[in-house]
Amino acid sequence: MGFGKRALYAIERDSESCTHCRICVRQCANGVYRLNPNTAKVTSDEAACVNCRRCVEFCPAGALAIRPALAETISNSFWTRQDLRAIQSQADSGGILLVGMGGGSSIPSYFDRMLLNASQVTNPSIDPLREPMELRTFLGRKPVRLELDEKGRPLGLPPQLELELPVLFSAMSFGSVSLNTVKALAAAAQSEQTCYNTGEGGLHRDLYPFGKNTICQVASGRFGVDIDYLNAGAAIEIKIGQGAKPGIGGHLPGEKVGDDVSETRMIPLGSDAISPAPHHDIYSIEDLRQLVFSLKEATVYAKPIIVKIAAVHNVAAIASGIARAGADIIAIDGCRGGTGAAPLRTREHVGIPIELALAAVDSRLRAEGIRGEVSLVAGGGIRHSADVVKAIALGADAVYIATSALIALGCRLCQKCYTGRCGWGIATQVPELVQRLDAEEGARRAANLLRAWKHEIKEMLGGMGINALESLRGNRLMLRGVGMSDNELRVLGIRAAGE
Amino acid sequence: MFTINARGVYYKELNQMVRQALSDGAGEILIKNVNGQCYIADALRGSVRFTLEGTPGNNLAAYMDGPEVIIRGNAQDAVANTMNSGTIVIHGDAGDTLGYAMRGGEIFVRGNAGYRAGIHLKEYGSKIPLIVVGGKTGDFLGEYMAGGIIAVLGEPDGLNSVGRWCGTGMHGGVMYIRGEVPDYHLGNEVRICKPDAGDEAILSGILSRFRRHFKLSVATYDLQSFIKLVPKSNRPYGNVYVDF
Repeated sequence: MGFGKRALYAIERDSESCTHCRICVRQCANGVYRLNPNTAKVTSDEAACVNCRRCVEFCPAGALAIRPALAETISNSFWTRQDLRAIQSQADSGGILLVGMGGGSSIPSYFDRMLLNASQVTNPSIDPLREPMELRTFLGRKPVRLELDEKGRPLGLPPQLELELPVLFSAMSFGSVSLNTVKALAAAAQSEQTCYNTGEGGLHRDLYPFGKNTICQVASGRFGVDIDYLNAGAAIEIKIGQGAKPGIGGHLPGEKVGDDVSETRMIPLGSDAISPAPHHDIYSIEDLRQLVFSLKEATVYAKPIIVKIAAVHNVAAIASGIARAGADIIAIDGCRGGTGAAPLRTREHVGIPIELALAAVDSRLRAEGIRGEVSLVAGGGIRHSADVVKAIALGADAVYIATSALIALGCRLCQKCYTGRCGWGIATQVPELVQRLDAEEGARRAANLLRAWKHEIKEMLGGMGINALESLRGNRLMLRGVGMSDNELRVLGIRAAGE
Repeated sequence: MFTINARGVYYKELNQMVRQALSDGAGEILIKNVNGQCYIADALRGSVRFTLEGTPGNNLAAYMDGPEVIIRGNAQDAVANTMNSGTIVIHGDAGDTLGYAMRGGEIFVRGNAGYRAGIHLKEYGSKIPLIVVGGKTGDFLGEYMAGGIIAVLGEPDGLNSVGRWCGTGMHGGVMYIRGEVPDYHLGNEVRICKPDAGDEAILSGILSRFRRHFKLSVATYDLQSFIKLVPKSNRPYGNVYVDF
C-alpha cells in the first residue's frame, strides 16, 4: 500500500477563457496536460506539476493559475507537510531524497540582520553619477613587497584575475545546465569583464573563445581536463566542496550524458559521471599543495589557482591551510548555495552560512598575517547588490553568484533541476527544451543584472563616502547588526546597531 | 641525447630546465640523479622520450599528452595523474593513485603499485588507457573505474595479487588479475567472469609488450590463471535517489 504520488499544486483552468488551444500541452515539460480526443478539451494531471509556471506565462488567454494544493496532508507546527511528504516518499521507495537549487530552510539570514552605514554631515557622501567610483577588482596573491626593475616596472607580480566588478558567475557545469545557459553566462562575463566558471563539465569547443573570461574547474572526477583545457582559461579552480552539499560529490546521471556532454567531459555516451567528494590524491594540506603546484607547473605559473571549499565548522583553520598550500584565491561557498542536485538532508543540515564563514576566515587570515597572500571569493546565497556590499565589508574580495544569474536567465526556482526537464531550457539537455533559452537574450539579461548591481554597489559605496571598493574590503565598521546575540556579533566582528 | 643532472636541483628549476631543453629541440632527455623532484614531464606534449635515473617525486607526468617516460628506479604517488596519452615504464615500484583519472596512454610497472591504482580510469573514443602492474597492488584498485584496462600479474607467485575493496564503484572498463580474488575483497559494483578468447588475445598482447619493455625472456603465464573483473552496471548508483 504505497502513498502514491500526491499533487503539491492545484491547477485552476478558467473554463470561460480557456480555448483549449493546447499551448499548455506543448509547453509543459512534465506531461501535465493532455488533450482528451473525445471532448477536445485539455485535462490536467496535477501530480506531475512542479510549478515551473511555463504554462501560466505562455497561456494566451490567461486562463491558468497554479496554487498550492490544499489539505494535501494533515500537519502541525512540528510535523510539517514537508516532513510527512518526505517520510511517505521514502516509505514508498527506500531512496535518498534529492532536491535542486538552494535551500529555503529557516536558519537565520545574517545578511538580513546587518545594515550598512551612510555618511551624514562629517564625511560627505559621494554621488557616483557625477564622480569616479572604482570597482575594479584584482584577485590573486598580492606580493608582500614590490620589487621594481630599472625602469620602475614591478617584477615578478603573481598572476591576477582582473575584473570590472566584484561579481563572478560560479561553477555550473555543462551537463547540469544546458549549453545555451553556459554560452549566455560566458558572453555576459565577457561583455561585463568578469568571469564565469565551467564547473566540472569540461569546456565545450564553442566556449574556447571566451577563455579570458573562463575559470576552468578541476574536480575529483577530472572530467574534460587536459592540457588545452587547463590553458584555455584565466584561472583554474580546484573544487573541494560545494555549499549546497558539503562532503558530497557530484553525480551527473547517464541520461544527461549525450553526444555533446560526452565529448566535452571526454567520457563514454550515457555513462554516469561520478565525481566523489574526496580527491583521492588529497588527504592533507600538503597533498592539496601538490595538486595546486601540479596545476601551476602545468600552466607555467601563469594563472591564479583557486581552491573552492564549502563553509563548514572549521572553515577558518582550513582556509589558513589552503593559503599556506599555495592557493592564490580561496572560494568559500555557504550553505545556501545552489546546486543541480543534492541530497535534501545534506543541503538543509550541513554547512554554515557564508556570512559567518567569511567573517571567520577573514579574521583568521588577518590574525595570522597572511590575508594578503590570498583573495577571498564568497558565494552561497548572494541575492542582490546589498548582499555583495555586505560580503565585501565582511572581508570578501569578490562574490560568486549562480542562483541569481539563473533567475536572470529565466529560472523560476521550481527546484527540479535534477529531473533534467527544465521548462525554461536551463537545467536540461533535451534538445527541444534547450532551444527555449536563447543564448544571446540570456547573455543580455545576465549582463543587465551585473550592470544594475554595479550601479547599486556604487550608490551604496558613495553613500558611505567611499569611492573605491578597496576601501570597503574588510571594513566592518560599515556594518551594524540587529537582532543578534553577542556571540553572533563577535563572530561577524561587527557592532550592534546603535553602538 | 640531452642530459640533465638533477642532483640538488629544486623541482621548479629542474622542470624549467626540461622545458628549456624541449624548446631547444631535444628529442630525448636523460635526467640523472633524480631524487624526489615533483611534476617532472607535467603537461608536456610531443614525442620526446625521457629516461629518469633515480626516484622522481609525486605527480610525475601529470596531464601529460604524448611523451614516453622511462623510470630506472621507483616512482612515487600520483604518477600519470589525468594523463591524456603517452607511455610510462617504471622499472621499480609505483606509489599510490597510479594513473588517477588517466584517459589514454599506457603505464607498465615492473614491481608493485600502492593504494588506489587506476582510480577514475577513463576512456573516450579511441583512447583506452592501460595500466599493467607486474607485482601486486594495494587496496581500492580501479576505484570508480569508468573505462580502460588494468592488468595485474601478481609476481612472484600470482597469489593475493590485489588488496581489499577491489573495483569499488567501478562502472566501466575491465581488469585482468592473475590468481583468485576472494569475494570479500571485491567492491559491490563488480563481478568476476572468465576471460574469453578475445580477452586472451588482449592479454597476450599486453604481456608481450610488458616483456619487451622490461626485456624479460621468460615470464609466460597460463592465461587460464587470470580472472576478469567487469562492472555490474555502468549506472551503479542510478537507483539510490528519489524525487521529493
